[in-house]
Amino acid sequence: MSVFDLTIAGAARALRAREISAVELAAAYNAAVEALNPRLNAYITPTPELALEQARAADRRLAGGGATPLTGIPIAMKDLFCTEGVRTTAASKILGNFVPPYESTVSARLKAAGAVMLGKANLDEFAMGSSNLTSAFGPVESPWKRHGAEARLAPGGSSGGSAAAVAARIALAATGTDTGGSIRQPAAFTGIAGIKPTYGRCSRFGVVAFASSLDQPGPMARNVEDNALMLSVMSGFDEKDSTSADRAVPDFTQALHRSVKGLKIGVPAEYRLEGTNPEILALWEQGIAWLRAEGAEIRDISLPHTKYGLPAYYIIAPAEASSNLARYDGVRYGLRVEGEDLIDLYERTRAEGFGAEVKRRILIGTYVLSHGYYDAYYLKAQKIRSLILRDFTDAFMEVDAILTPTAPSAAFGLDETMTDPLTMYLNDVFTVPASLAGVPAMSVPAGLSAAGLPLGLQVIGRHFDEETVFTVAAALERAAQFSALPQVRAE
Amino acid sequence: MAYTLAGRSGAWEVVVGLEVHAQVISVSKLFSGASAAYGGEPNAHVSFVDAGFPGMLPVINQECVAQAVRTGLGLKAQINLFSRFDRKNYFYADLPNGYQISQFAHPIVGKGIVEIELADGTLKPIGITRLHLEQDAGKSMHDQHPTKSIIDLNRAGVALMEIVSEPDIRSPEEAGAYLRKLRQILRYLGTCDGNMEEGSLRADVNVSVRKPGEAFRTRCEIKNVNSIRFVMHAVEAEALRQIEIWEDGGEVEQETRLYDPARGETRSMRSKEDAHDYRYFPDPDLLPLVLEEDWVAALKRGLPELPDEKRARFCAEYGIPFYDAGVLVAEQEVADFYEEVARGRDGKLAANWVTGDFFAAMNRTGKSIADPPVSAAALGALLDLITDKTINGRIAKDVFEEMVETGKPPAEIVVEKGLRQVTDTGAIDAAVTRVLAANADKVAEYKAGKDKLFGFFVGQVMKAMQGKGNPALVNEAVKKQLG
Amino acid sequence: MSLDAATVRRIAKLARIRVRDEEVATLQGELNAILGYVEQLAEVNVEGVEPLSGGMRMALRSRADELTDGGMAEKILANAPDRIGNFFAVPKVVE
Ligand SMILES: [Mg+2]
Ligand SMILES: [Zn+2]
Repeated sequence: MSVFDLTIAGAARALRAREISAVELAAAYNAAVEALNPRLNAYITPTPELALEQARAADRRLAGGGATPLTGIPIAMKDLFCTEGVRTTAASKILGNFVPPYESTVSARLKAAGAVMLGKANLDEFAMGSSNLTSAFGPVESPWKRHGAEARLAPGGSSGGSAAAVAARIALAATGTDTGGSIRQPAAFTGIAGIKPTYGRCSRFGVVAFASSLDQPGPMARNVEDNALMLSVMSGFDEKDSTSADRAVPDFTQALHRSVKGLKIGVPAEYRLEGTNPEILALWEQGIAWLRAEGAEIRDISLPHTKYGLPAYYIIAPAEASSNLARYDGVRYGLRVEGEDLIDLYERTRAEGFGAEVKRRILIGTYVLSHGYYDAYYLKAQKIRSLILRDFTDAFMEVDAILTPTAPSAAFGLDETMTDPLTMYLNDVFTVPASLAGVPAMSVPAGLSAAGLPLGLQVIGRHFDEETVFTVAAALERAAQFSALPQVRAE
Repeated sequence: MAYTLAGRSGAWEVVVGLEVHAQVISVSKLFSGASAAYGGEPNAHVSFVDAGFPGMLPVINQECVAQAVRTGLGLKAQINLFSRFDRKNYFYADLPNGYQISQFAHPIVGKGIVEIELADGTLKPIGITRLHLEQDAGKSMHDQHPTKSIIDLNRAGVALMEIVSEPDIRSPEEAGAYLRKLRQILRYLGTCDGNMEEGSLRADVNVSVRKPGEAFRTRCEIKNVNSIRFVMHAVEAEALRQIEIWEDGGEVEQETRLYDPARGETRSMRSKEDAHDYRYFPDPDLLPLVLEEDWVAALKRGLPELPDEKRARFCAEYGIPFYDAGVLVAEQEVADFYEEVARGRDGKLAANWVTGDFFAAMNRTGKSIADPPVSAAALGALLDLITDKTINGRIAKDVFEEMVETGKPPAEIVVEKGLRQVTDTGAIDAAVTRVLAANADKVAEYKAGKDKLFGFFVGQVMKAMQGKGNPALVNEAVKKQLG
Repeated sequence: MSLDAATVRRIAKLARIRVRDEEVATLQGELNAILGYVEQLAEVNVEGVEPLSGGMRMALRSRADELTDGGMAEKILANAPDRIGNFFAVPKVVE
């Protein structure tokens, strides 16, 4: 067994037993990053020296007491979290040279727990995408291959670098952010687990904003337990984020061993969307059967406004983004393209600094907020958002959790370029409603497609009831026994 | 009589509404913990939040909210227990986020009223449309470098209250009176220092003209006028410009203009040329601002007495004229000074002394009410000497001057200089006899009917007694001896 | 509702993004596809529905009025593409 087979829980035991040192673990991971990253492009900025330095500190802590389950654990940090003194790009040319003089709350919490940062993980530019194809630093390649095929596949997005790094075992775990599915969809595509916590559970302070009312940091890791360990550290009230929830953080690992017996699990009719891959529907049925076998009570439910989630999302998210990204103007930091006057400077800087997808969303967002269109688009979308929240609130009167597929398909190829942005948007159809409602949702690897690619199931819970989500996800994980490994990985 | 401007086609009425930006008195900024203090080294009072760095988030300052509520209460306005922050999106060099956090759809304060007083004593209510909280921008300087503008973000994010009036103002004088009254209320409340030189109070002036009785015509907004005098000038200059356009058969275009004090005229703002579309929407980084009724009630209980109430009370309690009371309450510190002098004394006497000799001394010495030429206690002691007839009013003026000069207590000066009033009727009678004897000719004239000479005799007697005679007794004695 | 080329240009101007002439038609097509897709929201009856603007329904929390930040001009300016002394610098703005 190699160090790369260890989970966080396993590595923590080995570190504590001094079977391995944090420096040895970090060095092994650094070497794996060096070997595989040129191919996968999962990291924009590897930080091997910082990792060793943090590992040395972790060893001192492991020897001297005060170690946490994350002390000495090597992780990847999505390059959307500002890290003091380490370049933070949001995978955009416009922030290509930006070195934050401050640390995000989530990365600071991980740092304080003793986690070791291997580097800054690639993503879709400003987290806008479901493929990782929009990164200004090049696409991330998924470590998975279809049976007998060499085509390079997309890891999903936007947290595609995080997903690929964890799946290829060049990180033990990673941070992600999820705005409409950016943790769950890439987790599903790469055969790992990832949770988008309740909106307000993890601080957004220091996370480069995409759509403020939807953005939520969360962990991505090899299994459900590792997610619980990560989330327990990442969560918590932050007075620097006005939308942070001031409530206690439970030890999420306690929820893993609870039985699903007697839990009511909802299966929403509206998720049986036309055109969904039959393999996905079959896996969903399988998931239902597993939970039933464990004693859960399955209930058919209705989330009537599901189909309007995606169009509402594609008004709300770009609208917020158009405003959030106005600060990138070439004046205080980041890229500047000189111009004849200030307006010219703005226009050239932003034309040059933003990629095509980001520009598209800024333009759509600008349009739906503009004079005369606000009510028809933005206000309407917010009302739909209310209805979607009401759907969930009503459903959770009857059930304790909801089970759905995570994505409508398995991973697609990097070269199967989608000419039409809309086709790409459809990837998020199952993940967006939970984002709009702010409820926690987790993707668990549950099986393989006929072509041998991972497929995920999504568990959605009540606001601030991540514990039930973990309980149900852990039960699925035990039943699925998902043990497939990607072709490209550290060994 | 209503203010109008004469045009070729007859009289024009001026219609003015003001949007006043008042800087909130607070330690830190509206959404960050950086200093809100004026001045400072460039970019020293700046947090990453104020500079719009990636991932930075706003957290609202409780005291700024309280200040807005206090101001709303002071303007007798509706306090909205539910309000919300919106983003006003536009690009400008000193606007770091590319948007200003403001309150558009749901301001914290709704309709209110400010009563102004005109020179002829007329009182007029001016409606307040709303008051909302918002962030100030930074400062761009365009004249420090040949090819560049430079930016200091120290002001960026400082809390402002935008106070919008109804278009109820009808003359430059009313505009000035409104601003003075608003500033007075803000200063009483301690919510804004009203310092126009430092930009703590700035006015956007909306001006239109119309024929009396007409509906409103197109208005122009004159941005950021920073003195009351300039506001008054700008109203008139802009009104005259618009009248000329209308009378020439033209059409006034709605636009944003600047007032140029050097030329005494307004001009179009080039930088605001392209029509704005601010794309307001609720700031998703902030939740709705919900106030507790009890909290608002507590703020209300904590409000100081405001100028209108104080003025009414001064009239009732001290029996002084409405006009005098207005002068005394113009500034809270003066009102407090007056009350200290007047408490337990003759309020009218106190008012006369404070607005008369005391103000004159303040002007002459260049001192302020915070560091007065004579303390309220000392002035009170002087009034006591008048009331108990130790000295007369004439001598009191000399004593006061001596107090200003030396800082000595009045009683000490009276003793030192032997200024005690003479009430011994024998001494007075003797002085009167001497004066009448020395002015036999005038006595004859008086007896022949020249009544006016009575004052002359009294004056001569007082002079003979070095001013120390009790005026009433002297009067009496002169009258008696003249028969 | 469908965007014409002039509107694409106006929106790009508002967003301060320079678009080349040859980009306008492509953008117009892409934006119209997205707008066409979201059009389906028109069929939902939202009468009497309150808009939901945030991810959570709670009231705003506030902080005490204390001096806790600032005094770090060098850090504020460290990433600046252009500065003059402790000021940010941009091409001269004419008001
Ligand atoms: Mg204004
Ligand atoms: Zn304003």
